[in-house]
Amino acid sequence: MNFVKTLATAALIASLSAPAFAETFTFTAIPDQDDSALKARFGKIANYLTKELGVEVKYIPVKSYSAAVTAFRNNQVQLAWFGGLSGVRARNLVKGSQAIAQGAEDKAFKTYFIAHTSTGLKKSSSFPKSMAGKTFTFGSKGSTSGRLMPEFHIRKNFKKKPKNVFSRVGFSGDHSRTIALVQSGAFQIGAVNFAVWDKELKTGKIDTSKVSIIWTTPDYPDYNWSIRGDADKRYGGGFIGKVKKALLNMNDPNLLKQFPRNSFIAASNDDYAPIVSVGKEIGLLE
Amino acid sequence: MTASISSNGFKAGSKPRPLLRISLGFLVIALVLGLLGDFEITTLDPWIEIERMVAGIITPDFSATEDLWSAVVNTVAFAILGVALGNAMGFPLALAFQFRAVRILCAFIRSVHELFWALIFLQVFGLTPLTGVLAIAIPYAGIFAKVYSEILEESDPAPLQTLPKGTSSISTFMFVRMPDAWAHFKTYALYRLECGLRSSAVLGFVGLPTIGFHLESAFSQGRYSEVTALLIIFYVIIATIRKWVHARLIPLYIILALLVIPWTGELATSNLVRFFTYDILPHPLRVAETFDMGTLSALGAWLSIMWNEQALPGIIATIILTQVALVGSGALTLLFFPLISPKFFNTFGRTTGHIFLVVLRSTPEYVLALIFLLLWGPSMLPAAVALALHNGAIIGHLIGRYTEDMDLRPDSPKGLNLYAYDVLPRLYPQFLAFLFYRWEVIMRETAILGILGIATLGFYIDSAFADLRFDRAMFLIIVTAILNIGIDTLSRYIRGRLRLRTTADVV
Repeated sequence: MNFVKTLATAALIASLSAPAFAETFTFTAIPDQDDSALKARFGKIANYLTKELGVEVKYIPVKSYSAAVTAFRNNQVQLAWFGGLSGVRARNLVKGSQAIAQGAEDKAFKTYFIAHTSTGLKKSSSFPKSMAGKTFTFGSKGSTSGRLMPEFHIRKNFKKKPKNVFSRVGFSGDHSRTIALVQSGAFQIGAVNFAVWDKELKTGKIDTSKVSIIWTTPDYPDYNWSIRGDADKRYGGGFIGKVKKALLNMNDPNLLKQFPRNSFIAASNDDYAPIVSVGKEIGLLE
Repeated sequence: MTASISSNGFKAGSKPRPLLRISLGFLVIALVLGLLGDFEITTLDPWIEIERMVAGIITPDFSATEDLWSAVVNTVAFAILGVALGNAMGFPLALAFQFRAVRILCAFIRSVHELFWALIFLQVFGLTPLTGVLAIAIPYAGIFAKVYSEILEESDPAPLQTLPKGTSSISTFMFVRMPDAWAHFKTYALYRLECGLRSSAVLGFVGLPTIGFHLESAFSQGRYSEVTALLIIFYVIIATIRKWVHARLIPLYIILALLVIPWTGELATSNLVRFFTYDILPHPLRVAETFDMGTLSALGAWLSIMWNEQALPGIIATIILTQVALVGSGALTLLFFPLISPKFFNTFGRTTGHIFLVVLRSTPEYVLALIFLLLWGPSMLPAAVALALHNGAIIGHLIGRYTEDMDLRPDSPKGLNLYAYDVLPRLYPQFLAFLFYRWEVIMRETAILGILGIATLGFYIDSAFADLRFDRAMFLIIVTAILNIGIDTLSRYIRGRLRLRTTADVV
């Protein structure tokens, strides 16, 4: 009886602690626009990576940047397509993890400040201080382009917290929603990822007689592929290098448009130093 | 407590009716808070977006959602397992509800919104089914315990008064209290399953693979045809619940649910340990090398910032929104319940009423609030109206059902007279009981409306999770729990006072 018990316990412990036989490499990604049909779209990326890396690669969909960071931290995913801020947070939490690639567009990302026509605000090259006292919406709370960078510029120019600058501050949760809310006048001003705006403008979803760009932030680094530092140990020496190569070599437009990016270029943790200092300055990073 | 009830209670011959008095009291409080609070309508042009919504509503697209049916199955399965487990844990707790410690434990676990339980369990168990099931089961256990104990309490005391002296408490429970309460238990458990379905759907907002996962994306990005299709499926599930849920089938459903849920993901105890021994420690304690005066003063500064900048303003906004939404819910309940009551409408009328109430109570408040936000601009107004409609439809449904078991005199009046002079006075105590029970639920639901820029406690908790600052989240969750326990105690006290009067009415 005791023997059976010991055996059962041993089996249980083994099943809980032993790594699976064929190690699956798992990643997650949240595109900055249109997150419909995630599994089908990123399943293609998984297939590509499986072929390039020689291990089974799986994609799991997540809902938010913080969920992506948590999955990365808990080793539920080993690779993730993060925003600038969430990437920094993830790498802070997982020692040895590194940014290995970014989109060609992410080297010089921008945020547009947009305003409803009724505000009378016009496009300007200097920071529009006349926004003070209006209603304002960010995107999602953990977004680099929808939260971190616009908040940084607001604080820098007004020397005040956003809630003390505007009569009301909201978090729309999504770039497309930010545009819809400002276009309807529900909020007078909003901060939106430039790529999402450009795309929606092209597809005719924006009525420029209702909402327009009033200011563009200076460039900053944004989205990135980050990988856990223990990937080499788990999947074999040189694995991180292989992943990086596979990402940089991804040139099938059908794959790239899922992110959507034109190509991927090499990146390092240091490229995101501006995000770290901005994040610390406005208290979003410890 | 008991002493103060009787000394503050209603003296024989006191004229103003207590139910009326308490109702008017709450109405006045809500009006005053409404004037002080942040309620306004700003003029806008919502029509582009409204047009898109209407276009979406008339062209539902059932093929737009990836893995639609697995999302539907997951929604139902998480709900069944979560509610079953919550029930199993809640029932014994209900029997021990006279102990203050049990009441406090239950108040604590149910004071945390399912979404926040899910966010906590996400840290510990990752994106696994266990996260979804526990996020429903834990708060529901607290709710079951409370409501079951209250049903026992509010049940007709007449049979108890006929018992011979010396009847054992087990016999009393099994043969007197249970038979009377059993029907109410069943109605309530069924209703809870409906809530569980809603909770399960909403858990998709934080990433669990239920309907909410797709609903949130589609709604955020204006894919309204997809939104409509998802909502229609959800309405059908809710509206037909009495057709497919029968007590005898529940075990089968539980087994099926266990089978269909994708039990993937590995559990790591290290995550659990890390979360509870490191992540939730206030930041100054986490970074301190040694525990000395410096650490202590840093901790004091942390607490004072958290209290002054988040907890206190959060508490004020939460209370204002809650009180206004509570009274709004009550008013709408009284308007809504006759719509599904056989005492007022024929089958056709009731079916229409049911559909109306299903739509209102199954559309997540978040979606309702965003629609009103487009119409009226940001303030507490869209949030309060969304909460009032949602909760009014829920309590209206419960009260409407309650009227089914109500016997009328053969010569009872009809229509408005029946409503005003017979049905309403008779169900008013039950109505207030449900409303006061819903009080803390409404408070909890203020959590997910932070998008409107209304800084309720839930808004700050959500922000803390978004910033991965679990220490702040935990601090604010504890503050919220204390506030909820306060509301719970107050609600219990008020119902205690009211019960004196209703008991007297029966006798």
